[in-house]
Amino acid sequence: MTPGVPRWLLLPAALGAAFVLLPLVAIVARVPWGDFDELVTSEASREALLLSLRTSATSTVLCVLLGVPMAAVLARTSFPGQGVVRSLVLLPLVLPPVVGGLALLYTFGRRGLLGETLDVLGVQVAFSTAAVVLAQTFVALPFLVLSLEGALRTAGERYELVAATLGARPTTVFRRVTLPLVLPGLLSGAVLAFARALGEFGATVTFAGSLEGVTRTMPTQIYLLRETDADGAVALSLVLVVVAVLVIGLATRGRTAARGLS
Amino acid sequence: MTLLLEATVADRGVDVALEVAAGETVALLGPNGAGKSTVLAVAAGLLRPDTGTVRLDDHELTGGRVVPPHARRTALLAQDPLLFPHLTALDNVAFGPRSAGVRRRAARDSARRWLAEVGAADLAGRRPGELSGGQAQRVAVARALAAEPRLLLLDEPMAALDVAVTPALRQTLRRVLEGRTTVVVTHDVLDALLLADRVVVLDRGRVVEQGPAADVLARPRSPFAARIAGLNLVAGRWSDGAVRSDDGRVVAGTPSGPVLREGDPAVAVFRPRAVSVFRDPPGGSPRTALAVVVTDLEPHGDQVRVRAGDLAADVTAHAAAELDLAPGTPVTFSVKATEVDVYAR
Repeated sequence: MTPGVPRWLLLPAALGAAFVLLPLVAIVARVPWGDFDELVTSEASREALLLSLRTSATSTVLCVLLGVPMAAVLARTSFPGQGVVRSLVLLPLVLPPVVGGLALLYTFGRRGLLGETLDVLGVQVAFSTAAVVLAQTFVALPFLVLSLEGALRTAGERYELVAATLGARPTTVFRRVTLPLVLPGLLSGAVLAFARALGEFGATVTFAGSLEGVTRTMPTQIYLLRETDADGAVALSLVLVVVAVLVIGLATRGRTAARGLS
Repeated sequence: MTLLLEATVADRGVDVALEVAAGETVALLGPNGAGKSTVLAVAAGLLRPDTGTVRLDDHELTGGRVVPPHARRTALLAQDPLLFPHLTALDNVAFGPRSAGVRRRAARDSARRWLAEVGAADLAGRRPGELSGGQAQRVAVARALAAEPRLLLLDEPMAALDVAVTPALRQTLRRVLEGRTTVVVTHDVLDALLLADRVVVLDRGRVVEQGPAADVLARPRSPFAARIAGLNLVAGRWSDGAVRSDDGRVVAGTPSGPVLREGDPAVAVFRPRAVSVFRDPPGGSPRTALAVVVTDLEPHGDQVRVRAGDLAADVTAHAAAELDLAPGTPVTFSVKATEVDVYAR
């Protein structure tokens, strides 16, 4: 038997749950089911959805490529100033996305820190699809790093030490022991990063703009439609809600699997 | 492979010199915190000593430069089998050969042989989660051996196992350790006797005694070795027919071995069964009488073992009841000089 909770906690807990669920019910209730197909399959909507899926998938891959080494270094090494580095890496988590977008603009924009160098190389990042990917990666990366670092710490180093005494080089240990052990954590981190990328709005609008077919992702499309075509906005929102629910389901399964392993 | 290890680790208070001859199995004994696991970690390269060297034959592993764990070929087997949970038993055992560059099929063939060697051939296809503690440790032994280590390090390999399965695993280890250079950390007198050619006793980071297992257990010189051998030991100096300890205990005994001179450091060793227990000090006998307070009573075969600090006496249950013994009872432990073996420390 579990110890349970004091009965009076149930009321605020129920209120909290209602507060989260009620808006979902409200938006579903507003969905114009009659025109739903038409609304979500309109040219603009389809383009926005495809662009969102494409950019989010790309930024998830970038997050894995950059985040796995970052998490490994944070979890398995110690160096002076590590705490500060960890805090700074996780900064995008708490930074207002608009500020993140501005920061990216002053880094990769035409007059930015790297902009001129990139310009010389003939690369213009700002207000391109690449900018969307950068903005999404910027905000989503901490989710993956955080989730994976936690998984690495939970898994501990004992298996890796045993593998080393069995003659496995560090790369072999990483590939055959470390990664398989934290795979559930990596998957749930990637899923969270994908979800964060899919919903990214502030940094994208600031850094990439809202060019139809190039940088206009689903959240931007919804925001713009809201003024002119409320029904369309609601229909597209429902699509994102469904994706979000699927993502949560996947992430939870990943975490349960991780717990089963340890 | 001959192991030579000399190491100091300041923050663990360890300063140890250890030599293991080729093909020899050495049991490392000692109380908790004596530094046994630290010694293994230094040998395996998992811990860098503050000073010292580790050599395996002509290969310097720690010293001028430090060879990383994966290049040492010193397999480490701990209490916890630590089988990789995502691999089958077979692939766990094949891990070492695979890491050494052996092709998958050949590695698996060799893994099958090692599983058979430890009597676990039928477990090849199982995941670690489907193995019992004893089965998992068998697979872990096979995995360590399959890596063809030049030095095998076992850290209390049976401490976490059910007592019902330890005898069988001990027999297996006895067989596979034959002729291998091995250091085994243990608390168990049977491990020392059955697995080891020689025992080394550590206390507070120092080697306090070493020798062939049977000799050390028959004639211990350190309190720890005496305890695991089930013997009483009083350490002090030889004077006037008795060993006198710093805390004032006097135990009359019969010297054996090299002649003791007055003032030589010596130990008095006697079996709990040779000790008689009295409520009042027996007067006028040539026996040693030690005033002690009972700390614990426990069944010991058909007798009762009466513990008083680091000393023990075995009495019959009838005698224990008659003496009305309980923790806290002040009693006198008495032993005849002819029952006390005295030799140099």
